[in-house]
This record gives sequence, C-alpha cells and structure tokens, in this order.
Amino acid sequence: MLEIDLSMVNWARAQFALTAMYHWIFVPLTLGLSFLCAFFESIYVRTGNKEWRDITKFWMTLFGINFAIGVATGIILEFEFGTNWSNYSWMVGDIFGAPLAIEGLFAFFLEATFFAVMFFGWNRVSKRFHLFSTWMVAVGSNLSAIWILVANGWMQNPVGMVFNPGTARFEMQNFFEVVFNPVAVSKFVHASSSGFLFASLFVLAISCWYLIKERHIQMAKKSIVVASVFGLLSSCYVALTGDTSAYEVAQKQPMKLAAIEGLYTGETKAPIVAAGILNPDKQPGDNQDPFLIKVEIPYLLSLLANHSIDSFVPGIDDLVYGNEKEGIEGVTPKIIKGKKAINALALFKEARKENNNQNAELALAKFKENQKYLGYGYLDNPEEAIPPVPLPYYAFHIMVALGSFFPLLFAVFLFYALKDSLAQKRWLLFTGLASGFLGFIASQAGWVVAEVGRQPWAIYGLMPVKIATTNIPVENVQITFFMFLGLFTILLVAEIKIMLKQISIGPEEGN
Amino acid sequence: MISSLDYATLQQLWWIICSTVCALFLFLTFVQGGQTLLWQVAKTDLEKSLVVTSLGRKWEMPFTTLVLFGGALFAAFPKFYATSFGGAYWVWILILFSFIIQAVSYEYRKKENNLLGATVYELFLFINGSVGILLIGAAVGTFYTGSNFTLDLYNRVTWDHTLMGINLRGLEAAFSLFNLSLGFFLLFNARVLGALYLLNNIDLSSTPDLESRLRKGVWHSFLIALPFLLYFLFSILFMKGFNVDHAGTVSLVPFKYLLNLLAMPHLLVLLLAGIVLVIYGVLSSAFKKSNKGIWFSGLGTVLTGLVILCLPAFNNTPFYPSKIDLQSSLTIYSASSSMYTLGIMTYVAIGIPFVLAYIIYVWRLMDSKKLKPEEVIHEKSY
Repeated sequence: MLEIDLSMVNWARAQFALTAMYHWIFVPLTLGLSFLCAFFESIYVRTGNKEWRDITKFWMTLFGINFAIGVATGIILEFEFGTNWSNYSWMVGDIFGAPLAIEGLFAFFLEATFFAVMFFGWNRVSKRFHLFSTWMVAVGSNLSAIWILVANGWMQNPVGMVFNPGTARFEMQNFFEVVFNPVAVSKFVHASSSGFLFASLFVLAISCWYLIKERHIQMAKKSIVVASVFGLLSSCYVALTGDTSAYEVAQKQPMKLAAIEGLYTGETKAPIVAAGILNPDKQPGDNQDPFLIKVEIPYLLSLLANHSIDSFVPGIDDLVYGNEKEGIEGVTPKIIKGKKAINALALFKEARKENNNQNAELALAKFKENQKYLGYGYLDNPEEAIPPVPLPYYAFHIMVALGSFFPLLFAVFLFYALKDSLAQKRWLLFTGLASGFLGFIASQAGWVVAEVGRQPWAIYGLMPVKIATTNIPVENVQITFFMFLGLFTILLVAEIKIMLKQISIGPEEGN
Repeated sequence: MISSLDYATLQQLWWIICSTVCALFLFLTFVQGGQTLLWQVAKTDLEKSLVVTSLGRKWEMPFTTLVLFGGALFAAFPKFYATSFGGAYWVWILILFSFIIQAVSYEYRKKENNLLGATVYELFLFINGSVGILLIGAAVGTFYTGSNFTLDLYNRVTWDHTLMGINLRGLEAAFSLFNLSLGFFLLFNARVLGALYLLNNIDLSSTPDLESRLRKGVWHSFLIALPFLLYFLFSILFMKGFNVDHAGTVSLVPFKYLLNLLAMPHLLVLLLAGIVLVIYGVLSSAFKKSNKGIWFSGLGTVLTGLVILCLPAFNNTPFYPSKIDLQSSLTIYSASSSMYTLGIMTYVAIGIPFVLAYIIYVWRLMDSKKLKPEEVIHEKSY
C-alpha cells in the first residue's frame, strides 16, 4: 500500500476549492445573464424598438467579459481531476468521465459556435437567426450545468454502478440511473435557478446605480422590470428547489444535514435552527450544548428532512457512535468491515496474480460480504467521518437567510417599477445596489454547503478524499496553487476593472 | 447495431474517435499559429485588429475541442487519463496555463482599463500559440518514446521523473529530441495554417502588405516545419518501438512503427495523402494567389494527425508505453472504460455529425463575407 500524504490531500483540496470558487464567481452570471440577454433581444425582435437592441448589446458586452474569464477558469477544473486526483480519475473515470465528455460535445460546442454569432453576427446573419443564436448560447451554458451537476450529483449520491474487484474500480451499470439521480436533478434545478437569481441581482444592481446617478434612466428602468420578473420567479424556484435539495440531503447524506444544522443529538419532532452561534468548544460525543445562543422553529427540521413532523432526524453523535434504538450503525463497525473488505481485496489480487483460483474465489466471497463498507476501511477513526461543522453550518444559514430576502426584494422592486416611482426610492436603489454582492455571497455559500458538507468523502460513503489523490510530491501542488491564486486574482482584478469601465461608459457609448 | 459490437471493437472505435478529435484540434490550431504570427505579419493597428478579430471569432473552437479531447479520454481511457495527467504533471499544467491566459486575451485586449495593457494580452496569445502547442507535441511524442512510470496491482501510478539528477515531474518529455521535433513541427505547421486561414478569412484588397507578409509567412513557417517533420518521420521508420505479444508481454521491437505502417497500409496512404495536401496548400498559397490553401493543408493536418495517433496504438502496440517497467505500459485494451460505458458513449457519439453539421453551417454563414477593415473600425471587434 502506498503511504498517504495528508498534506498533499489538503493542498489538493485547497487547490480545488480555490479554482472551483473562482470559476463559480462567473458561471452563475453566465447561466442567468445569457437568458436575460435572450429576453431583452426577444423583446427587441418582437417590438422592433431599437432601445431594446441597445439594452441587449449593453448587457451582452458585460456577458462577454464575464464569459471569457468563466471559460478560462473552467478548463483547469476538468484536468485537475487528472493532475491532482489521479487515483479518483482511475477509480471512477468509467462513470465520472462520461458526463464530462457529453458536456464538451453537446454543451460547449453549442456555446462556442453561437457565441461568435451572438457577438459578431449582428450584421452578418438575419435578425431572427441572431436571436436564435443568443438563445442557443443560453441553452448551451445551461446544458453544460446539467452535465457537470450530473457528475457532481453522482459524487454526492453514487448510483448506477458496481465495484469491479478485478480492476479495483467502480464501473457504470446503468447510465440512466446516473443521469436521473435524484440528487443530480435537485442540484441542477437549484444551482441553475440560483444562477438566474444571481444574474438578475447583477442587472438590478447596475441598473440601480444608473438610477442613483440619473444616467441611462430608461434603460435602467426597463432592465429592472425584466430582471425583477426573472429574479422573482427564480428566487421562488430557488426556495422550492432548496427544499427538495434539503430533503435529498436528509435521505442520502444525513451527516451533511446534521452538520449544516449543528445537530449533534438526534431528535424526533426536531426543530430547525433559524439562527444561532455554535459553541466552539463542542466536541462530538461530549455533553456540551452545541450552541452558545440559538433561535429555533419547532418541528420544522423533521418536516423538511422527512416530510413528517413526528420523524427522527439523526444527529452527528447518532451517526458516528450509532443509535441502536433508531437502528443506526455507528462508524466504528463500518471501519472494521471496511478494513476486512480491503484485506480481502488484497488477497484476491494476490491470488489472481498467482493464478490461484480457489484462493481468489474465497477472497472474493469475503470481499463481497463487506464491500459496501470499503470506503470506511480507509478511515482511521470514527470522528474522521464528520465534516468540519462550522463552515457548512454558517454557510447554510447565510444562504438561507439571503435566499429568503431576495424574493421580497424583487417583489418590492417590481411593485415600484410598475408604479414608475423607483427613482424616488433612493433607499431601495441603494439596497438593490448592495444586493448584487449579496447574491455572490449566497451563491458561494451554497457550494461551501455542498462540498465541505460531504467531507471526508470524494464519493459519498465509498471513497474518502485522502485516497483519491495523485501520488505526487506536495511541492508541485503547492506551487500550482499559488500560480492559480496569482493568475486568477490578476484576471479577476482585470475583469472587475474592465466591467466597471464598461458600466461607467454605459450603453450608447459602450457599443 | 451498437449493441452487437464486441468489447475490442468498441475500444478501437473509441481510440479512433479520440484520435479524430485530437486531429481536428490540430487543424484548429490555426488560431494558435495565427497568434504567433501577430507581431510578424501585422505592422499597423489596423492590420493587428484585422488579424486578432479574425482569429478571435474562432478562438473558442480549438479551446473547446481540447476540452472535449480531455473529456473523451477521461470517459473512454480513464487509466491513461489518470496515469498521464497525474504523472506528466508540469507538461499538462503549462499547457493548461497557456490556454487559460488565451481565453481572456481576445476579450480583454482592447478594452479600456484592462489592467495589463494590450501588449501583455498579445504576449499571452503568443505564449499560448508557441509554448502550448510545443508542449502538446512533446506530450504526444511520448506515445512513441515512452514515459517513466510503474503501475501497482491497484493501478496506482508511481513516476520516476529524474533526468540527469533533476526531478522534472513530467517536463522530461520536453527534453527528448524526438518529442521536441514533433512539438516544433506542430508549432510551425500551426503557423502555416494560421497564415492560410488569415489569407482566406480577411478581405486583403486594401492591405496588400499584410497579404504579402502572410504569403511569406506560409512559406517560411513551412520551411522551418519541414526538417522537424522529416526528423520525426525518419525516426518512426527506424526507431525501436513497443510491442505487446499474445500473452500480454510488452517488449521493445526494432522497426516497430515501420512494421505497423506496413501492417496497416491504409495509415501509410493517409499519411502520404496528408503530407501531400499540406504541401499543396502551402505551395498554392505561397506562390499563387490562392486563398483556399487552408482547406487543403487543414485536411492534410487532420489526416497526418490521425496517423500520428493511430500508429502507436494499433497492431499490438501500447499507446502509452513505460520505459522503466515495460509491463506497466498502457494499451487501448488495458486502459479503457468498461464495455458498458464505451457502449453508452458510442450511442452518445451518434450526435457528433449533428454537432459538426451546425458548426459548419454557422461557420459558413459567418464567413460568407470576408472580414473588412470597416468592420474592425466601426463595429465591435477584438
């Protein structure tokens, strides 16, 4: 067995977090702004009003600036699986690679091909074909989200596959189970609608700035109406899909749910923590209160988690140390069974190498008895199965709080926009301006919940992150971490400066 | 029909698909080649804008094809993906870096307040076109020369990267004359293609100096590419190669790739046709007034690229050989996904002609009128 270098694991984790978080600054804007551009252009084509064409071109310029850096930060993620996570790539490439290839073939080419028409085709193709191209860019970017979230959903809830002891890897057994994985579906609808929401906030914020500065007033008002309608619908949908997503987490990843709720001891009729400060001294298994202060809503966690207020929601301690009454097996027996599976697999491989079929079959039978605990065999202690609680807990509560605020914000904006009295409501305009940044915070927090909450697993329950890495000296990943940090930061600063300049130029001069 | 294909056929089919994607990528590197020509052929701001705008309308194509190539390899040959990307670490990282800096450069170069200035973004484009393509060539070269890795019973890879006492973590691939020759050939071939594309795409009637420099660029780049191509071709005819026997044992065999060409004469025909087409495209554009050279040289590049990737993979040849442990070498049969995954992916691949069809349709639509100076002056351009 190769020795596991923990520092390499953590640097590889840090690098993935860094690159993914940078990438996710730009992706939600692409997902939503592409549709908003399509809406604006549809209105232009339908009405023939050139003001709408100018509005479309202005937002398209900002879309293009954002799109380029989104593409730039995205390419590394696919290849990072190979460079930093090569054992993962080998063990699950049979399943995980397919969605990435499909994404490249069906989504990226759609975006790339029609992007050129969208930006340079105004005088080269017909008005309708141009509109069609803008819609295709929106469809392509969202198709891309489907396939990457199918891949991510499978990591959260591995289905449609089997472990092949002969090759010592997971292999796909049912493609449609992978594609229609309920976790993948709920992740896609939640993440894409959150992108629509973020883009609506982006348009709203910039339009508010114009109204505050009393510039481009007509464009700003029109943009606010479209963004408020899209944002209101999206934010309601985000809340709805968030509920579905939470239900899926409760069913498939109970440890993640316990972490995001700071729930250590399971309860029936469990309340949800609406807000609270975690006790930093709290350790799993001790008797300390997990919270210094908290506000609860009775029964709601049981209702959200299991759609029944009388249901039991397991806490971290139940899941780690077991709860006989509720029929929950602790992590320690799973580790023991997992280690048996690892040993049996080693015996099987040795016997196969020596062409000893009898021993191979005996070892295989032993392996199959315990194979579903294989991943647990790599854990050193039961507490290792717990994700770092504060990060997903606070991220989740920030996300939910902001997610509850946004529908209200859009409704108020729509109300005053329809009354044509937005310009007089300066407090509202300043709130709208600040909300662009809040959208970014909520969006990033969502991924922190999803990814930190599933630690220590690369494939939930099957493959811990620490055995997924490349066998490579840590200095290489450290160097590339800082290279990405430096380069992406420079590009981000450049993007922001260009974007601010284009916003200050405004629609007419900008095009 | 797909369900009746056996495992070996699916594995071979998927190597051909991946090779085709890579060969198309090599054609599309006319964008990268054009980027390296920018400072050489465009002397005025207008000429520069024409070149960058013309290339900028296509930059996403090679980028996306590279991503698809990676995805297809991940899905179809995950053991190769895991072994190569994790092992030849710095080669791949530097290639990716060069594409990251390319992706923003077109959009940001001429924008006000772009932090780094136009020249830096032009330098990014040059690095992508030169270092990126050179290293891709070096990485493909290891399909012939091999790498230093061993795989254990669980297929976990350990690399030995030491070259003359220095641990290069993958960059040792760029210190082989053979690998470098392939890299330089691809680099200068990309410059040939770049100049040919620009001749075809831009209305040069009002910029005769640019046209003249482009035609010179085609010829000069070809002359530099030629010795590297010849060295590469002579080497594969005479070098020892890696062979897998029926028991699965890998050994070094003299004239292996020559034997492969003789055993697969269709590859020989494709290779010769590819080279002739590249040369025809060059001659017709460098010495006549033709603007169609890109299509001949482009097709020639696709055919040549296809042969370069298929030659070390078929006829009992491991396509990713290990020099330090021959038995760890990867064949398309040992490195592939399961039969089920390859079958599913083959159904998915039915969509490729549709994707190609709309790309070609849109490309023709957009390029039906050549890029005129007025467009880069009055309209949105790069």
